[in-house]
Amino acid sequence: MTVVKSEVVKSVTCPVCGCLCDDIELTIEEGKVTEVRNGCAMCESKFLNYISEHRVKTPLIRKDGKMVPVSYKEAIHKSAEILANANYPILYGWSSTDCEAQRVGVELAEEIGGVLDNTAVVCHGPSILGVQEAGIPTSTLGQIRHRADVIVYWGCDPWSAHPRHLERYTAFTDGRFEDSEWMSYINKVKASVGKKKFAAVKKRSLKCETEPEAISDNKPPETLNKEGRKLIVVDVRESMTGKVADYFVQVKPNKDFEILQAIRALVKDEDLDVEEVGGVPVEYLKEVVDTLINCQFGVIFFGMGLTQSAGKFRNIEIAISLVRDLNARTKFVIMPMRGHFNVTGANTVFTWQSGYPYAIDFSLGYPQYNPGETSVVDILLRKESDASLIIASDPASNFPKKAIEHMTKTPLIVIDPHMNVTSMVGDVVFPSTIVGLEKAGTAYRMDHVPLPLKKVVEPPEGLLSDEEILTRILEEVRVIKSQRMKGAN
Amino acid sequence: MELLLKNGFVFDPINEINGERMDIAIRNGKIVESVSESKAKKIDVTGLTVMPGGVDIHTHIAGGEVNTGRLLRPEDHVKDVVRKTAITRSGVGYSIPSTFTTGYRYSRMGYTTVMNPSMAPLGAKHTHEELNDIPMLDKATFPLIGDWWFVLENLRKGDLEGCARHVAWMMNTTKGYAIKIVNPGGLESWGFGRNVHSIDDQVPNFGITPREIVQGLAKVNKMLNLPHTIHLHTNNLGLPGNYATTLDTMKALENMSTDGKPVCHITHLQFSSFGGEDWGTMKSAAEEISNYINNHSHMTFDMGQVIFTDTTTMTADGPFEFTLYQLSGHKWVNSDVETETSGGIIPFHYKKKNAVNAIQWSTALELALLIKDPWKMFMTTDHPNGGPFMSYPKIIAWLTSRKARMALLKKCHKKAQKKSLLPTIKRELSLYELAIVTRAGQAKSLGLTSKGHLGLGADADVSVYNLNPETTDIAQNPKIVRRAFADAAYTIKDGNVLVQNGKIVQTVSGKTMWLDVNTTEQLEVDDDMKSRFKEYWTVEYDNYPVYDHYVKVSDPIIIKADV
Repeated sequence: MTVVKSEVVKSVTCPVCGCLCDDIELTIEEGKVTEVRNGCAMCESKFLNYISEHRVKTPLIRKDGKMVPVSYKEAIHKSAEILANANYPILYGWSSTDCEAQRVGVELAEEIGGVLDNTAVVCHGPSILGVQEAGIPTSTLGQIRHRADVIVYWGCDPWSAHPRHLERYTAFTDGRFEDSEWMSYINKVKASVGKKKFAAVKKRSLKCETEPEAISDNKPPETLNKEGRKLIVVDVRESMTGKVADYFVQVKPNKDFEILQAIRALVKDEDLDVEEVGGVPVEYLKEVVDTLINCQFGVIFFGMGLTQSAGKFRNIEIAISLVRDLNARTKFVIMPMRGHFNVTGANTVFTWQSGYPYAIDFSLGYPQYNPGETSVVDILLRKESDASLIIASDPASNFPKKAIEHMTKTPLIVIDPHMNVTSMVGDVVFPSTIVGLEKAGTAYRMDHVPLPLKKVVEPPEGLLSDEEILTRILEEVRVIKSQRMKGAN
Repeated sequence: MELLLKNGFVFDPINEINGERMDIAIRNGKIVESVSESKAKKIDVTGLTVMPGGVDIHTHIAGGEVNTGRLLRPEDHVKDVVRKTAITRSGVGYSIPSTFTTGYRYSRMGYTTVMNPSMAPLGAKHTHEELNDIPMLDKATFPLIGDWWFVLENLRKGDLEGCARHVAWMMNTTKGYAIKIVNPGGLESWGFGRNVHSIDDQVPNFGITPREIVQGLAKVNKMLNLPHTIHLHTNNLGLPGNYATTLDTMKALENMSTDGKPVCHITHLQFSSFGGEDWGTMKSAAEEISNYINNHSHMTFDMGQVIFTDTTTMTADGPFEFTLYQLSGHKWVNSDVETETSGGIIPFHYKKKNAVNAIQWSTALELALLIKDPWKMFMTTDHPNGGPFMSYPKIIAWLTSRKARMALLKKCHKKAQKKSLLPTIKRELSLYELAIVTRAGQAKSLGLTSKGHLGLGADADVSVYNLNPETTDIAQNPKIVRRAFADAAYTIKDGNVLVQNGKIVQTVSGKTMWLDVNTTEQLEVDDDMKSRFKEYWTVEYDNYPVYDHYVKVSDPIIIKADV
């Protein structure tokens, strides 16, 4: 009988979403992750399925239309040439790599006079603009865990997108001053199941013709007098999180701004002379507002439903203004639900080095910032860039088609652990190690708490990390530039 | 590597050298008795002023709060951009400069050591990552622990030793340098939107008062033998009439000092010296405060000078920033940190024609001039709260020249002019005193024994200024003084010439100093923290510490504690 050597690594930080859960336990057998504990489904799939057949092990360069495997040295030299020769290159992605790589990225962008941008530009960029307009009263997630008795999710569905958010940080966790509402959720589900069964029995035994009462009927539960934490969900459809909420506010698509303004008016004790705003009865809004005002500590989490629907950064500005108003009555904070595990880190590193969080243009030798002008999507649509470096993201699968068309017409360097749509159309493609699994580093949680990422397994032999690849490209760019200087003399 | 600075006018107050013409010899980054005239690199500094490298005891330059300030204010950056050069990185400046720019600009003014006084322990890695990216300077950072639950709970129990051991754990874990206390009790209260209003108010849910917190931590500081004292931002900061609270706080610490050494540093004193009852009657309480300070010696202070410009206020004092928000309606950041602290940011424009702002400007100068002993009161703006650190040359001119400060006072709001004590104050600081308030005094208060002076064995951090004390009457020539201190003739750090005539000629990383405090029963404290960690924080015990690799150039200082 052979004994398989296994080792359990604890306190691993999960490199998937902005929750950055750091209590993951991994079982490692023969250099591979075989079991994941504490993680959500996304976490498990990241840790268990990282060795996919799509993973390339050597860099590729497009020669005569075909992707040819080459050495790192050749690929690095080729990339450095592209970047050193470019007039207005873009460096985009960054949100799924570590801060250490991002630091090198800023230096590289500065060296080549390029434009540095991260995925926030198509995600929470409007949130940043909203913050720059109105500020942001916020806190760390632990503060919410300990104190919040009203939790609002607006335009986001943590149940599906940030699966452990509720259990680790908000409604379903125990804090010093607030208890978990997990039991109340269970009771609610039991009650609804019971109701369903009763209706079915009733229908069968009485053979009644009419349909039994609908279960999900948008009618709010009697929660005004409920003790403990209250969960409020605002969305255009009843999401999974909405199903467990104490209040679910179903807003008509693109009517968030109106509802936020209506709530602001109600918070300020002003009357509304309409019956309904954005598809929600004012009476119902009033009840929600009572809950907001009467809490000890409230929080609004918002997602892409708010940042990318009509109004964009004005929605965020007004949501922040609501929280400012609420602070005159009670304690309230607000926080964006950041998606990628280190999108916050990218904004953080860029800001401390250059003063700006994204869409930074170094073409004049100093950082310039004007989203809409210096953001990569707009640059691509104006066909201004003449080379691209894409790292840790896949813009070809989510940018506007016109933007990608221009990107593919100019030299394209792609750095990513896996082949994706962007690397399919790249000219130089680097495979890299997976940060937080094969490489240690640092990432920032959605509330700006820095956490270490662990290296738990060895990367495939010979594979370099994002940080190493960028550092070597930067060195090579400097060599090329200094040779050119010498040549000119 | 040897260096010889020849024939400068040396101001080295710790060694009681007052403008003597002498040579400074440097070998391997330290000040030495002599070097070989033939081998050493010689710099002729004849007719120039030579001082130890500048030391800043309180300047917010790194960490989550500062960086959120940067993110908040693109309008602040756009007016002050910094180009990349062959040896320096690009960036932005003004009130919240990017990291590289911060280092370059301090160095240009002849500064070599700065203290980042406000670090939320949970974000300590972030602060250290930024400090790594601030070149040219030696740095240290103070964890905010005045409202940390473990401190409150231990002090409540009366367990001073337990409290001391936990503070030591925190110092080691976050690689910090001193105990920072901000609005003690007020930050925990702010967790539910409340505040404390006197040093005897109860902190909700914890049954403890600000008085007990400050006294307790002052004792803890002593038990741990930390080089600096507790570093305190008082209750009621920035509110009319708060000088009474400040006096109460100072009195509460009177009996703590047994060996005549200071036991507390009250920072940005100006913000804690408001008289009057409301904003209409607000006035300077510099007289009351300085009277007390002149008769007691258990504390040190720094100014928190206000500069008439657009700046960014940022402090862990969340409730105070909320007050500023209510007053100004400006964009407002609040950032509470679980179990530890809070924070806030508001952009702020100090105006000459605003009575309150002008009174604040005057108050800071009154304090600095009325407090007789320069070893007690140091020059700061509480950057960027009172104004950007780039304004230091202006303050130097005001302190050394009555002419300079009276000229500005004449442009201030009438009410401020009428109330100001400045017309009655004749004192003008000498270069010797200036060297105390900008380096020697600060180094001494911080317990940095190899900094702030040019004695044998000191770090070879030297600044040379284009100012001839024999031929220039500094009181009559504030413009020359300002220019001299804005662009050092030379800034030398660890024996390397970094700045020449206000231009960066070489870049270095600079060290991060931190305390490795050794206590008995360290393992028990570790176990205690481990077992309770999940109850308090949302991160794992293993992921909390600032591990060694987070500090680029690490300079641990080993401290043997009494507990």
